[in-house]
Amino acid sequence: MKEQPKYDWTIKSENPWFKLDLVNTWEYKDLFFLLIKRDFIAFYKQTILGPLWFFIQPILTMIVFSFVFGKIGNISTNNLPKPLFYLPGIICWNYFAECILKNSTVFRDNANLFSKVYFPRIILPMSIVFSSMVRFFIQLFLFIVILVIYSFKGFQIHLSITILLIPYLLILMAALGQGLGLIISSLTTKYRDLALLVNFGVQLLMFSTTVTYPLSAAPNNFKFLIELNPMTTILETFRYAFLGQGTFSITAILYTTVTTIIIFLLGIILFNKVEKNFIDTI
Amino acid sequence: MTNTAIKVENVSKSYIKGAISTGTLSRDIEQKIVSIFNPKKQLALKQDANLVWSLKDINFELKQGEALGIIGKNGAGKSTLLKILSRVTTPTKGAIKGNGRIASLLEVGTGFHPELSGRENIYLNGAILGMKRHEIKKNFDEIVDFSGVESYLDTPVKRYSSGMYVRLAFAVAAHLESEILIVDEVLAVGDADFQKKCLGKMGSISKGQGRTVLFVSHNMQSIQSLCSKALLLNKGTMQGFGNVQEMINNYMQNQENNISLIDRTDRKGDGKVKVINIHFIDKKTEKITNNLYAGMRLVFDIELASNQFKISSNLEISLGISDQYGNRITLISNKVSGQTLHPLTNGNWSQKIMINHLPLAIGKYTITVFVASGGQIHDWVIDALPFSIESDSYFGELVHTLPTGQGSFYLDFTYL
Repeated sequence: MKEQPKYDWTIKSENPWFKLDLVNTWEYKDLFFLLIKRDFIAFYKQTILGPLWFFIQPILTMIVFSFVFGKIGNISTNNLPKPLFYLPGIICWNYFAECILKNSTVFRDNANLFSKVYFPRIILPMSIVFSSMVRFFIQLFLFIVILVIYSFKGFQIHLSITILLIPYLLILMAALGQGLGLIISSLTTKYRDLALLVNFGVQLLMFSTTVTYPLSAAPNNFKFLIELNPMTTILETFRYAFLGQGTFSITAILYTTVTTIIIFLLGIILFNKVEKNFIDTI
Repeated sequence: MTNTAIKVENVSKSYIKGAISTGTLSRDIEQKIVSIFNPKKQLALKQDANLVWSLKDINFELKQGEALGIIGKNGAGKSTLLKILSRVTTPTKGAIKGNGRIASLLEVGTGFHPELSGRENIYLNGAILGMKRHEIKKNFDEIVDFSGVESYLDTPVKRYSSGMYVRLAFAVAAHLESEILIVDEVLAVGDADFQKKCLGKMGSISKGQGRTVLFVSHNMQSIQSLCSKALLLNKGTMQGFGNVQEMINNYMQNQENNISLIDRTDRKGDGKVKVINIHFIDKKTEKITNNLYAGMRLVFDIELASNQFKISSNLEISLGISDQYGNRITLISNKVSGQTLHPLTNGNWSQKIMINHLPLAIGKYTITVFVASGGQIHDWVIDALPFSIESDSYFGELVHTLPTGQGSFYLDFTYL
């Protein structure tokens, strides 16, 4: 009887529309961590002020926001000190925007790498989300320091139990940014004009959610539209957790979770579809 | 019995010539809508799309420890095959099965980051190529040793010379611990010494460690010395698979068909004497060859055709040799040596010119032919025939060759 030979692997033309090959990806975990390290080192090696930039950017933005929206625009900050109101929004939005922007150019930026060597492609976008997280944590630390300073000056901190939701909010933001970024990057390999839209699109999108104003200050007939943006729930819950001000509702969190999962899966599906033959089309 | 390492079954790859899509989103949506309402139009579109098969029905099987040389002209599909094997792109049809980890080296230094130090890049590049951290750690000293850059380990690689960069990159790749190694023509980089070192390393990988190697090269010498089997590709189809020498001969013969000069129309002169063809004959074997090497005794066999040529004065036949950058290196001419030729007035004849000890270094050259008599040009073909010197034994076997950038020909020197 002839023995059927067994093979470790097969390369075929079939293109499964959903595949997140976790076993294979896990094999490359060292690459994943090295990519994160690379992004981090490469970022501060090219600058004079180095890691200080992680602080300069949110503080400057916070000052501008306090002046333009707080002083000139007179937009309510729910009776919170302006820095404490704006900073969480800026930090979260920064993280989210960076996930989208960096993921959206992942094919273009790594075309050479993708065309020369195989590794589970998903590692690259995932490493982007995590290396941006390093920056998020540093900025979160900055926020906590400022929060403590304010409490010494007499500001009453309202830490609530929802603070335990912070890791979950972070996961939601990461998945949402990753999903949207992957959708955009998959489409931009075919339609270059989308890439032009992304940069200012993300900037404009910031005003569709509660970075520069509290949800409670929005006119009632627009509130629905603002709440449609899954980032709104994340930002509001984030503020509520640290400052006790903002809106918190389980329904909103459930809505955001479902939306995030859908967008994330769609992003992975599109990414897998494009990744296989992307090299033939560039 | 040894196990199968790679089995390639009916692998084909097609590309769509021209635009993949219309390029803009709105036009694509428009077309989709049209095709929903009018499926016939969609069909027409698909047939119009120009399919180009860059690979067709490739079948072969490699056992563990075999080294396969993939040869073929530019555009034969070698790189496409390597890309499919290294999983950078997928085949359109067919399947590849195999055992063991694959590592591919389509380019040296893929993923090197200029800001990171040599040490950091060793880890990063190793991981990109599929090595685990502990494997890199284990081989770290060996990698550094092989590359010879230990004193620059903590310098960002952007400050490396291109030679150091390539050496470090190859050193990482050479220490991959995969069962199957796929190598594109990466040995074309670096100086001759380092190339030799790389070839030696590759030889020890396949022969010494029993790992399977797939190797693309235009250098027949290295294919011959490294590989136990060869695959000959031509325009995407398999021309042959098996014995290395056989495949190389086939490939050379194929090339020979290309050099027929007779079809060239970009020639000057009255055509009374025309150069039809030029062969290279290795005087040692007395056979026609394309495998030229420095130091060989070479005969240019020039086939000519005369058409009512009147022998009025001395006929001149010259061969001008230029390097790949178009610089004229030397001229072979009977006017220089003062010899008189004996041409035919009508019909085909041949003129042989012998070079005793071919002094050209490894590289690519072209020959320009010039035939004239009494101030009248009969035939003049610029860059009539390309040829390349593949290897070097000017000063005997296994002696160092001229380093890159140190000129293209030898003087017949001896140290006293």
